[in-house]
Amino acid sequence: MPEPDPYQNPKEAVAPTGAGGAMDLAMSEAETLERDGTGRPRSLWSDAWHQLRRNPVFLVSALLIVFLVLIAIWPQILTSADPLRCDLSKSQQGSAPGHPFGYDTQGCDVYTRTVYGARASITVGVCATLGAALLGSLLGGLAGFFGGWWDGVLSRVADVFFGIPVVLGGLVFLSVVTSSTVWPVVGFIVLLGWPQIARIARGSVITAKEHDYVQAARALGAGGGRMLLRHVGPNAVAPVIVVATIALGTYIALEATLSFLGVGLRPPTVSWGIDISNAAPQIRNAPHMLLWPAGALSITVLAFIMLGDAVRDALDPKLR
Amino acid sequence: MGRYVIRRLLQMVPVFIGSTFLIFFMVYALGDPVAALFGDKAPDPATAARIREDLHLDEPLWKQYLLYMGAIFQGDFGTAFNGQPVTELMASAFPVTLRLTLVAIVIEIVVGITLGVVSGLKRGRPLDTGLLVLTLVVISVPTFVSGYLLQFLFGVKWGWVRPSVSSEARLDELILPGVVLALVSLAYVTRLSRTSIAENVRADYVRTAVAKGLPRHRVITRHLLRNSLIPVVTFIGADIGALMGGAIVTERIFNIHGVGYQLYQGILRNNAPTVVGFVTILVIVFLVANLLVDLLYAVLDPRIRYA
Amino acid sequence: MRRATRHAKWAVCATAVALVATACGGGGDAAGGADGILTSSWGDPQNPIEPANTNEVQGGKVLDMIFRGLKRYDPKTGEARDTVAEKIETTDSQNFTITLRSGWKFSNGEPVTAKSFTDAWNYGAHVDNKQANAPFFSDIVGYEDVHPASGPAKAKTMRGLVVKDDRTFTVALKEKFSTWPETLGYQAFVPLPRVFFTDHDAWLAKPIGNGPYTVESYTRGSGMKLRRWDGYTGEDKARNGGVDLIVYTDNNTAYTDLIAGNLDLVDDVPAQQLKNVRNDLGDRYINQPALIIQTLVFPLYRPEWNKAGTEKVRRGLSMAINREEITKQIFQGTRTPAKDWTSPALGADGGYKDICGDACTYDPAEAKRLIEEGGGLPGGKVTLTSNVDTGSHRAWMDAVCNSVNNALGRGAVCTVNPIGTFADFRNQQTTYKFTGPFRSGWQADYPLIQNFLEPLYYTGGSSNYGKFSNKEFDALVDKANREADEATAVKDFQAAEQILAEQMPAVPLWYQNGSAGYSERLSDVALNQFSVPVYDRITVG
Repeated sequence: MPEPDPYQNPKEAVAPTGAGGAMDLAMSEAETLERDGTGRPRSLWSDAWHQLRRNPVFLVSALLIVFLVLIAIWPQILTSADPLRCDLSKSQQGSAPGHPFGYDTQGCDVYTRTVYGARASITVGVCATLGAALLGSLLGGLAGFFGGWWDGVLSRVADVFFGIPVVLGGLVFLSVVTSSTVWPVVGFIVLLGWPQIARIARGSVITAKEHDYVQAARALGAGGGRMLLRHVGPNAVAPVIVVATIALGTYIALEATLSFLGVGLRPPTVSWGIDISNAAPQIRNAPHMLLWPAGALSITVLAFIMLGDAVRDALDPKLR
Repeated sequence: MGRYVIRRLLQMVPVFIGSTFLIFFMVYALGDPVAALFGDKAPDPATAARIREDLHLDEPLWKQYLLYMGAIFQGDFGTAFNGQPVTELMASAFPVTLRLTLVAIVIEIVVGITLGVVSGLKRGRPLDTGLLVLTLVVISVPTFVSGYLLQFLFGVKWGWVRPSVSSEARLDELILPGVVLALVSLAYVTRLSRTSIAENVRADYVRTAVAKGLPRHRVITRHLLRNSLIPVVTFIGADIGALMGGAIVTERIFNIHGVGYQLYQGILRNNAPTVVGFVTILVIVFLVANLLVDLLYAVLDPRIRYA
Repeated sequence: MRRATRHAKWAVCATAVALVATACGGGGDAAGGADGILTSSWGDPQNPIEPANTNEVQGGKVLDMIFRGLKRYDPKTGEARDTVAEKIETTDSQNFTITLRSGWKFSNGEPVTAKSFTDAWNYGAHVDNKQANAPFFSDIVGYEDVHPASGPAKAKTMRGLVVKDDRTFTVALKEKFSTWPETLGYQAFVPLPRVFFTDHDAWLAKPIGNGPYTVESYTRGSGMKLRRWDGYTGEDKARNGGVDLIVYTDNNTAYTDLIAGNLDLVDDVPAQQLKNVRNDLGDRYINQPALIIQTLVFPLYRPEWNKAGTEKVRRGLSMAINREEITKQIFQGTRTPAKDWTSPALGADGGYKDICGDACTYDPAEAKRLIEEGGGLPGGKVTLTSNVDTGSHRAWMDAVCNSVNNALGRGAVCTVNPIGTFADFRNQQTTYKFTGPFRSGWQADYPLIQNFLEPLYYTGGSSNYGKFSNKEFDALVDKANREADEATAVKDFQAAEQILAEQMPAVPLWYQNGSAGYSERLSDVALNQFSVPVYDRITVG
């Protein structure tokens, strides 16, 4: 039996009945995590970094992300045209010399708008995902780890936020904002997105804290904070990464829905979301309008999913 | 176990009060609904004032809320602007949406977990990559596009199904909308179960089970899957509520008069009784679904026990 | 791991089989000929279906089928023809004597009498009944007693309505209003049977009227079945067996059902399908002028838009909008560039005329010059506002702004301010919150030029949201309303409209057409001026 944990909720007494065979292995792994070849303790995180630098998946996705970020900062690298310069007489026409992706309904150049759309969309996607993932995994992790009172309050607050319909929340929170920057949209998505990640984080922390190596670490006298950071956290992080990388894509798409409702980003801001929501009803007439911004969104999500996979693998010692 | 469930049920009371107030406040913040009742014409001041009086819109917010809650405890959820009682709306909308959610969840579970297991076992192989690409397409195409597209292809071009759902909303009519609704969540379920499986496939108990000479499918279903399901179950539990309330786009495309549609109408028309009534029921659905998920944890992983 | 793969295949197949299985559930066709029943798209009426409380087209559709009033607008010409009325007489354009034709009945057998009208009008006007159309009765003497601006009503009925006998009643108006009888085709003025007052809930559940159709069943939120009333004695007996109205959540879904063969009539073709409509429907598509105009109203209550010289800026903005291109590319010709502040559906005799002239013609150079001459845009920029929850408002707002920006060549000086809900838009509009031009869509209640001008631009007019005020304009409208001769009255109204062309309190954008598509089973489908299908003339077969 493990030592009584000071943070353990007495009402939720846990009786570990783990498979005995896995015990030794898990312990030896927990030990190797603490040291590298030189005998100096190397943290899991630096170990992971060491691993990542040699992973081709990581290198490819990182390159892709660097490229996307560069475009987001300097769209002029790829185009010299103005995304707001539109000629209605060319409405929905296909590709023409100098305009490889054709024109949208307003007669704007789809290529230029796809390039310029990267900035707002990637900002929304990355910032909202980071915000929701940090907030969600922090609160969900605490709720799952400490249980009891903490868990009750945090989970019920998440339930209330879950209950707010996106449309209602969007109309209420965003219609009062007249700023044309991306930040109100980011804030709103974080506000609505964190409960999902919190729920996942809580679930996987609850499982992870029952693993034998965690029990072992506790038996060796590890403190609550250290356990959460060193042992439970890294082992519970995989589902969070999976959900967050997919959420990145859905958040960019959510921005499209918000624009569609009239409360998202507004012109002169150019974003993939705005273009996708404008193109969607025209799918029968001008599919090229949808293809390019949606394709750009796919590539971005692909890059982040690959990155997430690589990071997750690096954090999982069992896969080495 | 029993005490744990009772404790969780008691927690629903503050959540119920908190969420109804929050939603009530949000609808209040949307503004006065009366001006829109007159279309493009100028609202007649005397008539508008009389309508506001009847709906208690001339009272302060806290008083409106108390009056509303008082009425609820007498079984009166108020009326929508077309004169229909909200309870009647709920009675017609919830069964329809429940069926739609059921179809979507079944698709999510069956297709999502199967694909996840397959690609988790074939990690890094072409099949896994192919499924990744499929996931990407699903994520980057918004529901309104996939909805219209599938409706057009299946309903008009090939004529396999009726493009719209009739007012009875039979289970077989709901399969196509269910697929559309499940698509995005399907991506999550597939990726989550893939990761979990890939993580657990090298665990010792699997090695032990294989070494014991157990048949392969038994190893997968009994040992591997059961231990990999917690994140998936968590996600699906949270998704039930989201599917029920968030089917606004799908319900609109396929002409389903369900919760999402009624909620959207209520929001567009700033009708507090409709919105608060529906959201309150949705929050209760969330709470029950979460409780079930938490109890399932203990079933899937015997190490987790609730006292 | 072959097993797992096989499982996956099985799951996919099961889904596919299930999808195919549902294909069996097609809709069976009803009988054709005179008894054929057609299905038509519908939207949930916003208010309970009471004649004086219905101010939108979905409820109006039903009222048009189950009621006939004193007058009815000819679906083709728009002329107000006596229907239940035998004659409406006046000597002073202020006191009217109305005589009813004999033989009109409600579908429950109750005869239509003078009292059926006066009771209905008193009900509609009374403040306790909270009817949205109450102001339609405000010209009648005694309206203030039943509908005071504040406080409880002082009387149950209006003094101006007096029943002489079963077939005759008199109406006293507060002032002279020569074209008042022409307004009586509006649905708020229809008669109501006794049961409406004695068992209101039962009436709402299954409305009873005196029109060519009766309500067979009504399921709120999903549909209504109307059947031909064989006891109907009016001239416009229904030429089909009945109409099933089906509520759709989205007009695009209704359109999809039409081309899939599950629906007979769609009276609102969604904008995104306009490009395919010829392809999908051939000549089973109607696109005709309606009594609807879209304008951009300037907030003249804001000093920066109402200074001397700003009329040049307003005219300049009007000339910077390329209406031809926008109606062609965004609306596929279902809207017509506006040339005045009324509608071509009025016809030349009704007062439609190209009064806006150059000011409504795209001329970027002149636009730029005028705006600079008038002191430039206030604050150097302009923001357009509209709700975006219905219609394709988002697309045309972007197009108008692009047109203005391209014409002025100063970058993005024109921006859009989309508002998420119509309710929010209306609140800001009626409390004068907008700081830039905002959308105004106006559908006339009756085909009169007066209805396009007086409520919108007369000082203190009921829908004058820009607070335009011009003494000369007001005087001309007053003169026109007193005129006994209709043609002279129209001339006066046109003179008043000339002032709008100079002052440009609102930029006319385009006239909105009514559009509809129908299945091969139907013929003789037409829309009236309010873009509602004329159901009784449709034949099925």
